[in-house]
Amino acid sequence: MTVTSPLRILIGKVGLDGHDRGVKLIARALRDAGMEVIYTGLHQTPEQVVSTAIQEDVDAIGLSVLSGAHMTLFRRVLELLKEQGADDIVVFGGGIVPNEDVLALKEAGVKALFGPGTPLEDIVRFVKELPRSR
Amino acid sequence: MNERKSRFSSLSGIEIHRLYGPDDLKNWSPDRDLGRPGEFPYTRGIYPTMYRGRLWTMRQFAGFGTAEDTNRRFRYLLEHGQTGLSVAFDMPALMGLDADDPLARGEVGRCGVSISSLADMERLFDGIPLDQVTTSMTINGPAPVLFAMYLAVAEKQGIPFEKLGGTLQNDILKEYIAQKEWLFPPAPSLRLVTDVVAYCADRVPKWHPISISGYHIREAGSTAVQELAFTLYDGLTYVEAAVKAGLPVDRFAPRLSFFFNVHNDFFEEIAKFRAARRLWAREMERRYQPRDPRSLQLRCHAQTAGCSLTAQQPMNNVVRTTIQALAAVLGGTQSLHTNSMDETLALPTEEAVRLALRTQQIIAEESEVTNTVDPLGGSYYVETLTNQLEEEAQEYFRRLDAMGGMVAAIEQGFPQREILEASQRYQREIERRERVIVGVNGYVEQEERPIPILKIDPEVERLQVTRLAELRKARDPFKMAGAVASLQEAVAGGENIMPPLIEAVKAQATLGEICAALKEVLGTYREPVVL
Amino acid sequence: MANDLNGAPALAKRVREGQVRAVARLITLLERRTPEGHDALRLLQEDRPRSMVVGVTGYPGAGKSTVIDQLVAAYRRLGHRVGVLAIDMSSPVTGGALLGDRIRMQRQAMDPHVYIRSLATRGHQGGLAAVTSEAVLVLEAAGYDMILIETVGVGQGEVEIVKMAPTVVAVVAPGLGDEVQAMKAGLLEVAHIIVVNKGDHPEADRTVRELRDWHRTVLRVTATTGEGIPELIAAIAEHQRLCDLETVTTRGHPEDSAVMRG
Repeated sequence: MTVTSPLRILIGKVGLDGHDRGVKLIARALRDAGMEVIYTGLHQTPEQVVSTAIQEDVDAIGLSVLSGAHMTLFRRVLELLKEQGADDIVVFGGGIVPNEDVLALKEAGVKALFGPGTPLEDIVRFVKELPRSR
Repeated sequence: MNERKSRFSSLSGIEIHRLYGPDDLKNWSPDRDLGRPGEFPYTRGIYPTMYRGRLWTMRQFAGFGTAEDTNRRFRYLLEHGQTGLSVAFDMPALMGLDADDPLARGEVGRCGVSISSLADMERLFDGIPLDQVTTSMTINGPAPVLFAMYLAVAEKQGIPFEKLGGTLQNDILKEYIAQKEWLFPPAPSLRLVTDVVAYCADRVPKWHPISISGYHIREAGSTAVQELAFTLYDGLTYVEAAVKAGLPVDRFAPRLSFFFNVHNDFFEEIAKFRAARRLWAREMERRYQPRDPRSLQLRCHAQTAGCSLTAQQPMNNVVRTTIQALAAVLGGTQSLHTNSMDETLALPTEEAVRLALRTQQIIAEESEVTNTVDPLGGSYYVETLTNQLEEEAQEYFRRLDAMGGMVAAIEQGFPQREILEASQRYQREIERRERVIVGVNGYVEQEERPIPILKIDPEVERLQVTRLAELRKARDPFKMAGAVASLQEAVAGGENIMPPLIEAVKAQATLGEICAALKEVLGTYREPVVL
Repeated sequence: MANDLNGAPALAKRVREGQVRAVARLITLLERRTPEGHDALRLLQEDRPRSMVVGVTGYPGAGKSTVIDQLVAAYRRLGHRVGVLAIDMSSPVTGGALLGDRIRMQRQAMDPHVYIRSLATRGHQGGLAAVTSEAVLVLEAAGYDMILIETVGVGQGEVEIVKMAPTVVAVVAPGLGDEVQAMKAGLLEVAHIIVVNKGDHPEADRTVRELRDWHRTVLRVTATTGEGIPELIAAIAEHQRLCDLETVTTRGHPEDSAVMRG
């Protein structure tokens, strides 16, 4: 009697910049692809994001950063997830991230980073194809 | 005859016909709707000679790292023929936070220059006499505070305020609509804007106290019509607030300026500038009947569309920017910023900035488009588009009036929702390849050739944090606290914020301390949820 | 992480200890209707503490989430541990959902004594998610002694909340003449307390007056500033006290009226 349930994805903006066009479009696209999107709004701290992700038992966290603070913020999110034993939650992101930083962040554990101009369908496909380990 | 598509439409979704002719302009009167350049309704431009008299100001927005880093970039730009400065602040400054605030972690000096104190502002303009340049400052929520710092620097340089020229963005309404960088609720924020307007009218007469900005509205995904409508309506809201505060319209309206985006749809963008001037003149005339014709004139700065740039094949961005810059010039802008090709990747390198500036210089010096005023005036197509944009913007005006004005509309989430819907429509068109973006959904290259990018040293943050600690230790704490308390009292009592604010920054109160103190008096804001 | 949560007894134990990950996981397992989830829930039923449960309902845009945010803050000051279930509609077509109620409550995200869970209806009718009643049991077992449930908020047919929460608060925005009329036949009829939010709105007075002619407990609140929240807390406490009295006198068994008799 177990039912398959929709993926639960946290979508939010960390850091101080308020450019939420992209993140809202992604939230809508994931919803339209049949997922449950928990949207946390602007100006989230890494601490808030991780606490929310755990309370909501999400499968993945998608974060947008356009202010250049990506290295600090993504690393902090990964670190906190690990501390809480929740590093099975996939972290992906979007924003203005130079190639060099993309490589470093992927090495640190960010699953994917989508730059400006990425088609929404690519992001949806990526999330859909996440391994269902849980 | 077969055509490539069943429907041709502008970037904003206006249906475009195969051909335009006299029938499209049946109700159009050149005398009424076009006029002469420099005359009502200013469709053709606000000056009789336009670029034959004086070229536009080439003003490149710049700021990163510490005040010293940006000061060096400013000097570099001035040496290369730029004619005005434009300060980009970092995110903590834009949000009224100090560099050592926990929320500022990782953000210091990243997307603009880090300024937390008067000492930082002094370093930023070191060796640049403020009466020799004009300075544009892109700052909104904490605009009065940064402006007070600028005035304090001028005072220290011995330059009377009457000689200062420049622009403070100070447009808080578009923050609630689009950019989401506010400190206080809309009503008290509007009052601070009015305070700055009144103070400038009195003390800094050559300063532009607000730059009413459509740029960010467009970047948030709006159409050209929405950009035009919401921006001009914001402008009317500021005018109304100032008039209600007792300022005669001709005391401040001539110093208002606008700031538009220039996107890819060449003719639609040109029409947007023309419609903006005509609509502003007509609305100002209808609502306030100013005596001074300059109160009717829409002056503007333009910036090429950051959101049109692609991370893929970044060199293509040079071409996009050139087309957009040309549209702004043919639209009759007073000043222009051209984006650099690498801005979807990071802050621009010096090399990229120089190329962007050279783009403007080539248009100005080589293309000969500056030889005549409003060269597209009378074009059936451009005039029709100008009419359509004006009419559709007026339709938005009616809806906003019916809602009780812009603040009420913002609190209901109306402009936010309109923009979100527009941006989703646009995104869908790209996903379905109804619009092709070269390098993104067409002409894609598998191998991307990397271009050099600017790195911000993480040391910047540490340096700023140390400096702030030293500043807090060295200043007179009683003097500082007293100045901040007087500021709070003055603001609570409804006095103009500027004089006590200048005293507070001179007493070494930091940006973050001042903004926190102001929040105690003015409150904070949570936006309506629009999803 | 599957390992450390494996097995219903271990999971139940961790929920009882109030471990947030376990609470969250169990609600997910119950949503998926897994045997493990049901086993754990059965274990938790024994000797479960009872909590106060309050339903909050009302039209979209009335400010339900903001009212809840203020209630959470107020109950925290009173020393309660607070659980919130915020329910939003799933799309009947795609099954997806955009759950945004939390935005209003994010200042609570870091409080270890507050648990907020967004639930999608996943096709369930009546304004709640099918898992709601089970989620309440989990939160009770985990020691959240104050539980707030935010219904979908489409206004119509959201009466299921009455079976789940002894006290139902309906949030109304001022000046919605027609909508208020329409609500009288549904939501407002079942509500024990009506809150007119945005109390600083020019129409607020009139809306309060109109509703008072018709309902016993109508309060004016400005959720953005917190004005009127203490009065709302008092009204909720008073209503819960009356409920308890009623059960004692009429049925003599307080547990019967507690919760989840749906």
